[in-house]
Amino acid sequence: MASTEIARQAGEGARGVPLSGHVGFDSMPDQLVNKSVNHGFCFNILCVGETGLGKSTLMDTLFNTKFEGEPTQHNQPGVTLKSNTYELQESNVRLKLTVVNTVGFGDQINKEDSYKSIVEFIDAQFEAYLQEELKIKRTLHSYHDTRIHACLYFIAPTGHSLKSLDLVTMKKLDSKVNIIPIIAKSDAISKSELAKFKIKITSELVSNGVQIYQFPTDDESVAEINSTMNSHLPFAVVGSTEEVKIGNKMVKARQYPWGTVQVENETHCDFVKLREMLIRVNMEDLREQTHTRHYELYRRCKLEEMGFKDTDPDSKPFSLQETYEAKRNEFMGELQKKEEEMRQMFVQRVKEKEAELKEAEKELHEKFDRLKKLHQDEKKKLEEKKKSLDDEVNTFKQKKTAAELLQNQAQQAGGSTTLKRDKERKNPPETHLFMMNVVF
Amino acid sequence: FCLLQQCLGTHEVSCDLYMVASSTEPQPQAKGEKTPISDTSYVGIDAILEQMRRKAMKQGFEFNVMVVGQSGLGKSTLMNTLFKSKVSRKSVQPNVEERIPKTVEIKSVSHDVEEKGVRMKLTVIDTPGFGDQINNENCWQPIMKFINDQYETYLQEEININRKKRIPDTRVHCCIYFIPPTGHCLRPLDVEFMRHLSKVVNIVPVIAKADTLTLEERDSFKKTIREELRANGIDVYPQKEFDEDAEDRMINDKIREMIPFAVVGSDQEYQVNGKRILGRKTKWGTIEVENIAHCEFAYLRDLLIRTHMQNIKDITCSIHYETYRVRRLNESNILFTSNPPDHPAVQPKANGQPEEQPATPQPNGVAAQHEALSHEM
Repeated sequence: MASTEIARQAGEGARGVPLSGHVGFDSMPDQLVNKSVNHGFCFNILCVGETGLGKSTLMDTLFNTKFEGEPTQHNQPGVTLKSNTYELQESNVRLKLTVVNTVGFGDQINKEDSYKSIVEFIDAQFEAYLQEELKIKRTLHSYHDTRIHACLYFIAPTGHSLKSLDLVTMKKLDSKVNIIPIIAKSDAISKSELAKFKIKITSELVSNGVQIYQFPTDDESVAEINSTMNSHLPFAVVGSTEEVKIGNKMVKARQYPWGTVQVENETHCDFVKLREMLIRVNMEDLREQTHTRHYELYRRCKLEEMGFKDTDPDSKPFSLQETYEAKRNEFMGELQKKEEEMRQMFVQRVKEKEAELKEAEKELHEKFDRLKKLHQDEKKKLEEKKKSLDDEVNTFKQKKTAAELLQNQAQQAGGSTTLKRDKERKNPPETHLFMMNVVF
Repeated sequence: FCLLQQCLGTHEVSCDLYMVASSTEPQPQAKGEKTPISDTSYVGIDAILEQMRRKAMKQGFEFNVMVVGQSGLGKSTLMNTLFKSKVSRKSVQPNVEERIPKTVEIKSVSHDVEEKGVRMKLTVIDTPGFGDQINNENCWQPIMKFINDQYETYLQEEININRKKRIPDTRVHCCIYFIPPTGHCLRPLDVEFMRHLSKVVNIVPVIAKADTLTLEERDSFKKTIREELRANGIDVYPQKEFDEDAEDRMINDKIREMIPFAVVGSDQEYQVNGKRILGRKTKWGTIEVENIAHCEFAYLRDLLIRTHMQNIKDITCSIHYETYRVRRLNESNILFTSNPPDHPAVQPKANGQPEEQPATPQPNGVAAQHEALSHEM
């Protein structure tokens, strides 16, 4: 088969060509939107803030529904993250909304590690996506994306400045997630104090280098509204699911003896602004930023950490597979080495133990020999003693019989010498024996 | 308005699954209707559609279409007719002598087109020389290699650590195959080509220069072609197995009953009944290209551009490309371990690979491997 020529004029840049009639690809955005509608959308919000700042109420108010749950207790030992997923539908749009709450944030005495579980959670979602992306057989288009698209950071309405916990946490999160700071329960602050509070917060964020999410201003249709809203950050919100009758309408509000705070009244609080920005104008941009900026950063760091490089010293591109295999071989090599080491150590230990045991055995043998010798000596001694004792007994018996005989003879001869005999019996038996022998 | 369902489990604490009956709040008001109740029930989730549209308009689209067929079947003209402008290679290189190349060449030309604010980068890939030699064995191989090369480029970029925000998509989304209007049946070359390529790319077969067939001839020709495709197990676009739901299947079934479209191309305008329309003027009448009573060009245009373009791209992305990726990653795995491949255990036959595979390990170097892989068809 002869070789082929490939000519590409696209490299010089595409030419712009005028159309002489209606082609019809202007329906592409519609086709794309229809596909997304069929597929459904997903959006994940993380609410970070101390217990009791009205996070759940705000979510309820934003999405106009009653989400789960009871208010959490204040005695949590650490910060845990609870996430719930809901399916909402409005006209033909299906939204899979996940709300993640930080439970116990700010309640501990020692809050040094509070931010850690949040960072871990966010990273875990990125990791799950990365794993799916790296799989061989993957199903990315039907994957339920759990990466956090927006982080609402609830600031307590002290009216003074940010707490150090807030600064630390936001600093740790700003490279991982889009942070939108909001002042919670802002009906506790008066208007003048609020303005000062906002300025203080913004300046503290800037001086500490915290990068909060900026509403995008590159698209002309929304640039204006977004840039105005950017200047209103952080939003001072009030949440309420209760309705109060004002005039002839029912509005969401909080009723106090001195007046009623209307949630959707823009002069009362920034709730409408938050809803506008978060949902109606920038939801898609939040998702995109998460995917193209935060996720890519995570991916890059993770892969570099695992040792992958894009180019080798000769600047020829590495394939991921190559590097992966190299790493795997390295790992297997290490494992083998470790195995060897362990085996060596095992052998050595066995040897040592063997030697020890041999020593002990030797000692025992020696001991045994010694004892045996001792025993034999003792036995010999005893035998000697026994022998001498037997000899004595024999001699005695002999003497006894001789004495008895003599006695009988003496009795026949007369009785007077009996006494003498008795006395003589006490004499050394040899003489008696001699006498007896003589008689017989 | 809200249907609230608590569905998935949670990160730390498991949640009870329960169904909340739909709330009693009224349906969201259509925009423009003012009611005394303020829009308390409207959250604004559906505004995301508008946001998506805005983003799409800003980013623009890419579409890459390949035309395959013997020379003289009107491929360039059809492209120009479809996109109502001089997008074909011949129009771009008007001074090049028209000669039939000795081998199959792959030439692609890109254009930026815009319609009603929607920008599209259209790439037309021409394959001059296909089917024109005396011996046409394996003339689909360069085409197959080209298609796989585009997948490879995309894959390489995708697995980079520092990768571009938007990976440039040069993958062939759609391959239009031109069948000569013999009126009898498919030629062996047609069958071979479509058999191999339908597994890696979306093929849209068309009957070229259909003005030489009467309506009855056309219908019987189409029927024969459809049967032959079925008999050879060739799945052309829209593939039955990728229908997503019943609605899809219904729409696609109608299309499947009509393929291959019998088309006529023209970039000349004529005056017919007071209107200027595209057509071919002959002594016995003027064939109106966009008149569905005359030919099926309009159906083709609607399928490719107005209704199914996104779907065509999706199938390329999520099915053909993924199939290539799976194959490629598995092969890399096999090659890197020291065991020689015994048999193509992980090769789905759907990739047009022959049943046998070399038992010897491939030479070192990723590029060399890749070349070897794509040449084994």
